[in-house]
Amino acid sequence: MKKLFISLLFMPVLAWASGEALHLDRAPNKLNDKAALQNGAKVFVNYCLNCHSASYMRYNRLKDIGLTDQQIKDNLLFTADKVGETMNVAMWRDEAKEWFGVAPPDLTVIARARASADGSGADWLYTYLRSFYRDSERPTGWNNTIFANVGMPHVLWEMQGEQVLGADHKLSLATPGKLKPEEYDAMVADLVGFLQYMGEPAAMQRKSLGWMVLIFLGVLFVLSYALKREYWKDVH
Amino acid sequence: MSAVNAKLKDLLGWVDERFPLTANWKAHLSEYYAPKNFNFWYFFGSLALLVLVLQIVTGIFLVMHFKPDATLNAAGVPVAFASVEYIMRDVPWGWLIRYMHSTGASAFFIVVYMHMFRGMLYGSYRKPRELIWIFGMLIFLCLMAEAFFGYLLPWGQMSYWGAQVIVNLFSAIPFVGPDLSIWIRGDYVVGDATLNRFFAFHVIAVPLVLVGLVAAHILALHEVGSNNPDGVEIKKKKNAQGIPLDGIPFHPYYTVKDIMGVVVFLIVFSLIVFYAPEMGGYFLEYNNFFPANPLQTPPHIAPVWYFTPFYSILRAVTYPLFGIDAKFWGVVAMGASTLIFALLPWLDRSPVKSIRYRGPIYKTFLAAFVVCFFTLGYLGVLPPTPMRTLVSQICSVIYFAFFLLMPFYSKIDKCKPEPDRLTSSGHGAH
Repeated sequence: MKKLFISLLFMPVLAWASGEALHLDRAPNKLNDKAALQNGAKVFVNYCLNCHSASYMRYNRLKDIGLTDQQIKDNLLFTADKVGETMNVAMWRDEAKEWFGVAPPDLTVIARARASADGSGADWLYTYLRSFYRDSERPTGWNNTIFANVGMPHVLWEMQGEQVLGADHKLSLATPGKLKPEEYDAMVADLVGFLQYMGEPAAMQRKSLGWMVLIFLGVLFVLSYALKREYWKDVH
Repeated sequence: MSAVNAKLKDLLGWVDERFPLTANWKAHLSEYYAPKNFNFWYFFGSLALLVLVLQIVTGIFLVMHFKPDATLNAAGVPVAFASVEYIMRDVPWGWLIRYMHSTGASAFFIVVYMHMFRGMLYGSYRKPRELIWIFGMLIFLCLMAEAFFGYLLPWGQMSYWGAQVIVNLFSAIPFVGPDLSIWIRGDYVVGDATLNRFFAFHVIAVPLVLVGLVAAHILALHEVGSNNPDGVEIKKKKNAQGIPLDGIPFHPYYTVKDIMGVVVFLIVFSLIVFYAPEMGGYFLEYNNFFPANPLQTPPHIAPVWYFTPFYSILRAVTYPLFGIDAKFWGVVAMGASTLIFALLPWLDRSPVKSIRYRGPIYKTFLAAFVVCFFTLGYLGVLPPTPMRTLVSQICSVIYFAFFLLMPFYSKIDKCKPEPDRLTSSGHGAH
């Protein structure tokens, strides 16, 4: 009876599990690699922060990924005067909207927003940044296989080179860029790792704190169980 | 030492002459006699109280930093959305308080659904506990209102469009609907006025009513005494002192047992807060990390998981009736599906209360109801297709049949005889 019940519960899941899934490449996990995150921060500040803000993120929070205030000031502080400021952009939003059709979104939590049933937000970003191709129909000259008619041109094209979309709907590199394909993928992975870190800087702290809380509660459980048994031994 | 004790006793005497402290302690804890056979299902009442306190305390600290303001800041982000991220990043321990509050919302519904199901398993709503059940249903309605108002506050895409969809439902009511929905929003679309009034309801109005109802729920319970897994009244068999033979004082027996339940709950709760605060997009929806954009409707708007069974019933109604739009009847069906629980004390005509002594018909109906509730919940998070709509229609019919046919099937069911006294104590196997 119980087994039948449980299998009935999962029946709808099995019957409709399939949908029109987006195929995403899995982003390598860089969250524990400080050097990769620092490289990602450098790429972000140099290529993304010209148009996209990260307006909930303070520069000095980058101490999380092993940088000092002085390093931040010397290498990354392009859009602000003090390390305590947030990562804003100088570009006017209404002008940006005129140029691209849509104001470039704030990227602080983009790695959380882009998560879906198809994959994590990091997977989406990792795939997206490697899926630009030449398209003369578009005003920017660029299109993207997982973000159709995207407003953003391929900002990293010098690194990747130019991809074209074949008749078989597969991307191929027509003009090589400064980086070899595997070098480009590694750079994008670092950038995506940084975006993922920036989406939830507290994630490191919460994971390292969590097991201590659980050990405390585990001990508390043993004590509370012993207390309950002691009181209840005379209840029959 | 004894001098200190004597002093404390004097102080207690002084208080008791002016306020019924000892009397209340006895009436509600040390001399409130509860059946000794409470099982797993009886943890969820005290856990619901715990989560209520957790939500109020974390809520107070969130209100200190949250800004109910839909205007855009210099970076083009709504102030309310940015203030939530400010809490997540710049407020010391803000991320923990926020995750406790967001996880607490889902935990509240899990605990309350388990608590309600306990009532259905053991017939806790039956005479003389009808008012406890009614107060409980009012608490459930308040809880849904509280969750709905609170979900708008982070001002993300799902907050915004979820509120838009639900408030638009009121516009389906004939004649007054369109004006009513404008009155609720305070604007023609969900906007700053809506955010501010939802904030007021979420932090003051609804919690106040909720706390009052919880007090009434517990007072009514302590007036008639708790039901138990056997569904027999322990007050029928008392000793010479008038104490139920199968009763034990709530304190210390159930206080120490509930503390154990609290610790287990906190372990599960912490696993989510520290390791899966988004819970795969079910507790915190991914799309809600995009700030609200009134000009961009998301391709698929799904309510949070705890509303999805009722949302599925809403969508299952696709036929217009009496010349009124199907949407209106969907709203009626959804409303009925949440309110119909309140009628259980009068729908149930079984000679026994507990599932242990009920016959096969009731057990089959209850199992079918549970399967349908889960199926509707699952379908509610998915975009509709003709096949899914058909399944949700079948499930909706079974959902209502469970209640509306109960007067007949509960009466004719072959029940086992109820025992005179409890069959086992809480810590044994059944």
